Amino acid sequence: MTTIINAPAVTDPQELTRPRRPGRRAKPKFTVGRTLAWVALGGVMLITLIPFYWMLRTSFSTSTSLGSDPGSLLPVDFTFGAYERVLGLATPAEALAEGGSGASINFWAYLRNSLIVATVTTIGQVLFCSMAAYAFARLQWRGRDLVFSTFIAALMVPPIFTTIPNFVTIRELGLLNTYAGIILPTLLMTPFAIFFLRQFFLGISREVEEAAIIDGAGPLRRFFQVILPLGSAPIATLAILTYITSWNEYFWPQLVGREEEVRVLTVALGVFRSQTPQGGPDWAGLMAATLIAALPILIMFVFLGRRVINSIGYSGVK
Amino acid sequence: MTAPATTRRAASPARMPAPPRSKKNLFGLKRREAIAAWLFVAPALIGFIAFYLWPALSGLYYSFTDFDLLTAPEFIGLENYKRLLNDPLFWNALGTTSWYVLINIGLQTVLALGIAVLMQRLTQSMVVRGVVMLPYLIANVIAALVWFYMFDFQFGIVNEIIDGIGLDRVAFFGESEWAIPTVAFINVWRHMGYTALLIFAGLQAIPKDVYEAGAIDGGSELRMFRSITLPLLRPVLAMVLVVTVTGSFQIFDTIAVTTQGGPVNSTRVINYYIFDMAFNRFDFGYGSAMALALFVLLAVFTFVQLRLTRANKSDLG
Repeated sequence: MTTIINAPAVTDPQELTRPRRPGRRAKPKFTVGRTLAWVALGGVMLITLIPFYWMLRTSFSTSTSLGSDPGSLLPVDFTFGAYERVLGLATPAEALAEGGSGASINFWAYLRNSLIVATVTTIGQVLFCSMAAYAFARLQWRGRDLVFSTFIAALMVPPIFTTIPNFVTIRELGLLNTYAGIILPTLLMTPFAIFFLRQFFLGISREVEEAAIIDGAGPLRRFFQVILPLGSAPIATLAILTYITSWNEYFWPQLVGREEEVRVLTVALGVFRSQTPQGGPDWAGLMAATLIAALPILIMFVFLGRRVINSIGYSGVK
Repeated sequence: MTAPATTRRAASPARMPAPPRSKKNLFGLKRREAIAAWLFVAPALIGFIAFYLWPALSGLYYSFTDFDLLTAPEFIGLENYKRLLNDPLFWNALGTTSWYVLINIGLQTVLALGIAVLMQRLTQSMVVRGVVMLPYLIANVIAALVWFYMFDFQFGIVNEIIDGIGLDRVAFFGESEWAIPTVAFINVWRHMGYTALLIFAGLQAIPKDVYEAGAIDGGSELRMFRSITLPLLRPVLAMVLVVTVTGSFQIFDTIAVTTQGGPVNSTRVINYYIFDMAFNRFDFGYGSAMALALFVLLAVFTFVQLRLTRANKSDLG
């Protein structure tokens, strides 16, 4: 089974960074149909954005006052209290007064944990997968096709099936509630990463590498001096995608990293939600926390958006 | 003089051997290359064996055992599978999951197709594409929490609006018949833009002159959508469907932070049931058997889907 959509069509690794060509069509005329279409697209964008605004609006409200005016478009009883609470700057008494649970929140520790897990996972996965992808795309060796198709077949296996035995492995290695336990299963490879990079490496012109061969460069030097520089665009794209995926991961970290000292942000949010008082939940605190947890990815998107958006057409794999 | 040779090389880079200079040298080069290749693949291979191949095999073995994690797995043959056939909660989980997948995929595919076509006919704007993609970037947990708040019975803006127009408030997460559609909606919100961009990429591959010819023949937008866009998009749509269906069968995060299977098992989807069985009740054997059943189900599903949609054949030629 293949999950490629149009990846084979990409033969130029620079494609991802190339600026989009200016529209060739003349500016279309104004028609009722076009206006309606724009209204529809505008509606879609609005539905997309409203929850983000609602997070923002709620996070600046006072939880105890939210109930009195739940429909207000602006923050109710404007305050930074929720952020102070989430960042651990408020005293338990202040937190309770504004509707928090009063339990201490170790936000900076969770942020640090998320950073460590996502960064190490990304560096390891991208490095090892680009090495493997190079061997699959450019080197001659017996068993190559067999090994590659075995890797790709793993894309078919539902994660929950391997999760149970992986949990047993991590537990037997004594790695529950350690960074290593959270990171190890995705540190060395994911089938998707190898598949993604191989597509691009296949497209790099053979002549460049041949010139290096004639110069007497071995595979190691060719990888570092030819392939890595030429493949830097797709590698960067993969790194971003990996970082986002790893940052957002919830299932595995909540299985093997529930303890405070290794708890990542997504898991902390789940815990925060279950701790929040049942009668009058600390919505402001919860929304402030979700927003802060989403912020790093949103900032990354502002700077690297084009690369992320363009990567989609070339992968077609989730 | 060398031009034709290099073109041919570029066309099939994977199958080209290193350029031979002398027989002896070629042999040496090949050997060196093979050794290097294995070294390059080694870390990924270790990762694959340790966290994909080995767990797949031991998962298969666990499914034939009684295993509570504390004592060694005890082989019990087909007992887990017999239990599975007679477990109303398993069938309930399958039913719940199917209902979820049906709503989720139906809504998501139609909306994504609509958005993709709108974008293709209206704008190439990166800003529009970026906004549409935004929900996909945030964690499932965050999407779930925001909507959990917006759908809240008492304090949620959705119920405020419903109340405002004179209808009865809805307990979106608290009523059995609403819980699954609500969860499906949240995931449609998170994924529709991403799916739209996948389809959009497919749309970009349709040559512009087909539309120009259609416009000259006086075809309306609707007509062009039916006779040009849809047929030419079929292979892409088929791929998107396979990927999104298998993906949505595995919903977990949203359920875990919102309903946790309730009310009365109405959102106990298969992944949540397996998780609950293995990690809350420490029944790893039964959990593995259900996970294997899910695997087989997905494989059959994918195969049938690919067959039905003839995904491998393109009308673009």
